[in-house]
Amino acid sequence: MSNIYKAFENKKAFIPFFTCGDPDLETTEAAVRQAVKNGAALIELGIPFSDPTAEGPVIQGANLRALSGGVTTDKVFDTVRRLRKDVTVPFVFMTYSNVVFSYGAEKFLSLCADTGIDGIILADLPFEEKEEFQSCCDKYGVDLISLIAPTSENRIAMIAKQAQGFIYVVSSLGVTGVRSEIRTDLKSIIDVIRQNTTVPCAIGFGISTPEQARDMAQIADGVIVGSAIIKLIEQHGKASPEYVGKYVKQMVEAVNEA
Amino acid sequence: MTNPNGRFGIHGGQYIPETLMNAVIELEQAYNHYKNDTAFNEELTELFNEYAGRPSRLYYAEKMTKDLGGARIYLKREDLNHTGSHKINNVLGQALLAKKMGKTRLIAETGAGQHGVATATAAALMNMECVVFMGEEDTKRQALNVYRMRLLGAEVIPVKSGTATLKDAVSEAMREWTSRIDDTHYCLGSVMGPHPFPTIVRDFQAVISKETKSQILKKEGRLPNAVIACVGGGSNAIGSFYHFIEDKNVQLIGCEAAGRGTDTFETAATVNTGRVGIFHGMKSYFCQDEYGQIAPVYSISAGLDYPGIGPEHAYLHDINRAQYVPVTDDEAVNAFEYLSRTEGIIPAIESAHAVAHAMKLAPQMDRDKIIVVTISGRGDKDCAAIARYRGENISE
Repeated sequence: MSNIYKAFENKKAFIPFFTCGDPDLETTEAAVRQAVKNGAALIELGIPFSDPTAEGPVIQGANLRALSGGVTTDKVFDTVRRLRKDVTVPFVFMTYSNVVFSYGAEKFLSLCADTGIDGIILADLPFEEKEEFQSCCDKYGVDLISLIAPTSENRIAMIAKQAQGFIYVVSSLGVTGVRSEIRTDLKSIIDVIRQNTTVPCAIGFGISTPEQARDMAQIADGVIVGSAIIKLIEQHGKASPEYVGKYVKQMVEAVNEA
Repeated sequence: MTNPNGRFGIHGGQYIPETLMNAVIELEQAYNHYKNDTAFNEELTELFNEYAGRPSRLYYAEKMTKDLGGARIYLKREDLNHTGSHKINNVLGQALLAKKMGKTRLIAETGAGQHGVATATAAALMNMECVVFMGEEDTKRQALNVYRMRLLGAEVIPVKSGTATLKDAVSEAMREWTSRIDDTHYCLGSVMGPHPFPTIVRDFQAVISKETKSQILKKEGRLPNAVIACVGGGSNAIGSFYHFIEDKNVQLIGCEAAGRGTDTFETAATVNTGRVGIFHGMKSYFCQDEYGQIAPVYSISAGLDYPGIGPEHAYLHDINRAQYVPVTDDEAVNAFEYLSRTEGIIPAIESAHAVAHAMKLAPQMDRDKIIVVTISGRGDKDCAAIARYRGENISE
């Protein structure tokens, strides 16, 4: 088992997402430190991919900016090494199957273990295909995080039973991006999950305001925010870590009210 | 050839977001039911014959044969189908299937616009809503097809992300499908994407080789020595190959778009320049960099301008049952002009890639040998672009 469970111990977890290298890796590093300083329980680090099919326009833009800035998987691992000198909260990578496959699953996951990555989320890897990477994940003690969507229905129990680290509950249909309203009956989904596993659940997709975060934290163990943070970074560029810190602070407070 | 998990050797699979999993499972179940349903198959055959104009002709290209001085060349005339390409075969099948599944809306990606036009046509025929995603770059290269789709009642959404070509149109159609699944069927245009699409599309396109086989046996009393087709995702090629796969003496040749050459970055020759990866729902060969970032590919042909290839082709390559050869822009444009002048047939620039290879191969073969070349589509849509390629600026 990885250290991911620690993020959910005796508290609700606020989980910010960063696309590594947007606008550059120094800013990512500074923003992660600000987020942790302000109470983020776990950090989701996106390795950019040229064609992120599960992302809305905001995170697509971040991927593009990072790649045009010359970010590579190796440079992302270097950043993780630097962060791990002083940051102890769990880290998970979020990326696409080809990034790991192309690098070589064995090499990628052994580097995850070496640098201190606790889990990986692959947006295009459903339950049926997880064996592609599961054995390497197990070998190196890196959790392969499962996603459950509003359309999962009869699949929820099957996925939950084999889940590790935490379960990423996708709040809405469609791609990532800020939404004014989340209509999915998430409580019913999480009830089914809880009947099948003790692995914690975090809700992501579409969450941006403290009110939404508080509502989601009432039904889940954690809340994931991506696009809203990427927007701050897009707006403030190299000066964004300070704004990210302030934002994370109010989101952490909201989550703790739940 | 497909195993239960949609694998072709190591290729294929279902690498898609969890949100879409029940949709592809539902599609697979529906397809497994209807593919053996007599009424469904009768209805589809009726549409093929009475609406699309099948069977398509197998034409002996006598002038071309004599001019090249080698193997006898037959052209499988998919360009004569309604809407002007082989795309209608798959679209009629999928639209009928979607209708049976209770879907009321079709979405599709398109490169050259042929699949978009075919989907818009089927949607009009079957009273379904239709939205087509097309790379912005391609909407400019193929403005006439954009107009045709709109005329048929479809909404065309220009895709600005990434390289604004076919791969981005596929990505955007997938994104749209994850946001609206209940009433929407994603009518994928090639033998690619997650299982069961590569199998479904192949089965609907297999009508090409089924006809070719009986036509050539009737005309020549024997099977061809080679079957040649162009390959982007690979739907007309797999359709042209399928019923010959077990006939080991029939050489199967797929022609990839080499663009400005396989030694340049401006190419879309996936098998010749790519390596195994995972993208758009499948494991297969992809043009990509050392970190797995998908390459911005190039070809004069908007329909072959795709960084991947269908998983069954990847498998046929792996087991050495089919050969995949690169054909450059220059060679394709020459063939486009050659077939127009020699046989009075203007092929799609995609199909011209197959013609170009036949022009190289035929003279090396004996006169008693037979080559079948699939003319996957008609070339009217390409005239303005080819004129520009030759430095002549004509308006459409």
